[in-house]
Amino acid sequence: MIDVVILFFLLGLLAGLARSELKLPPALYDSLSLVLLLAIGLKGGEGLARQPLLPLLPQLGVVILLGVAQTLIAYAALRRLGRFDRANAAAIAAHYGSVSVATFAVGVNWLNARGIAFEPQLPIFLAVMEVPAILVGIVLARGMATKTDWRRIAHESFLGKGVVLLLGGMAIGWIAGPEGLAPIRPLFFDLFKGILAIFLLEMGLIVARQTSELRRRGLFVIGFGLLMPGFSAVLGIACGMAMGLSVGGLTLLATLAASASYIAVPATMRLAVPEANPGLSLAAVLGVTFPFNILIGIPVYHWLAVLISGGSS
Amino acid sequence: MSLALEKRILLTIVTEAVVEQSLLADFARLGVRGYTVTDARGLGSHGLRDAAWDEAASIRIEIICDRNLADALLALLREHYYANYAMINFLHEVEISRPEKF
Repeated sequence: MIDVVILFFLLGLLAGLARSELKLPPALYDSLSLVLLLAIGLKGGEGLARQPLLPLLPQLGVVILLGVAQTLIAYAALRRLGRFDRANAAAIAAHYGSVSVATFAVGVNWLNARGIAFEPQLPIFLAVMEVPAILVGIVLARGMATKTDWRRIAHESFLGKGVVLLLGGMAIGWIAGPEGLAPIRPLFFDLFKGILAIFLLEMGLIVARQTSELRRRGLFVIGFGLLMPGFSAVLGIACGMAMGLSVGGLTLLATLAASASYIAVPATMRLAVPEANPGLSLAAVLGVTFPFNILIGIPVYHWLAVLISGGSS
Repeated sequence: MSLALEKRILLTIVTEAVVEQSLLADFARLGVRGYTVTDARGLGSHGLRDAAWDEAASIRIEIICDRNLADALLALLREHYYANYAMINFLHEVEISRPEKF
């Protein structure tokens, strides 16, 4: 049975393709993503309060390496197989090494709907994995010894909206605990699915706008947008196995690895590597990878997680 | 009572929202003392920029200043931004009533 939030995405997609007048106010899109980020953070923080934090540090190291490895592999594939120039290969690779909150939220919803538990540190992975790919992408495009304004890049990446809201939400959830969170539970937890549904309606509209760009970009971008997430998901499951995650955790880490950023990375790369064409990255990320992940990818990653870990679903 | 009006240049820049902070920092360095930023939408050689979300959002920056500063700003924009960003600039001569502000 197809999840109801996915139906909202499909509605947005169809409305966009049919050139409907439907348009969500940009402020609403911003507000919805703010609530989603905080909700994911709060939930993670609440769970983390019940376990020691120190053992998590090596796991953070692993997911940082995962993000770096994905960026390097994507770059090599784009340069060698796709014959992209350095700037565009580096920019697209950075998108694929980083993560998408919307994809993660759909993954969380998919697991929740099936009563599959996952570790509370997954939201930290989400926050941590956003940044390394950006830095690697800039170095790939520019080399180390250039006039890149690293202070500004660091400020943009580490204090971006996503990282601040996720880590801030986790801190609040960790400090407040289940009792402290009780009064705000209706907004952040009970309404999560409804908010995700409206958010995905807008995502459908955004994805629909990529189709004309996609038609001009040809088969390689489509192939890359489909194969790279599958490859990354397997890497993600391998890393999750090394950390001893549950099947739910493996599924979400695979989803994170497979997802590609379309908010933090485009904005930063536009400034740091301006000669790269942003339309190219967004066509692949939004036109191919995001819909693939939420429609087909997540159930397949779960199936793979069960298969590889030998666990039960 | 007649107001003493003086002439200044109004420089208007229509560009991608993503460069706002970077532009304003550059302008401050060149001595710009004030500006107005508004959200904008439009169509140009970089396609339809419909402000539906961050990547497709545009801004319009207006600066009133003297001719020398306007020329310096244009030179900076030409050197650092024209090649890679969607950007349109134009100048008007305007009359202003409080010259000490510009």
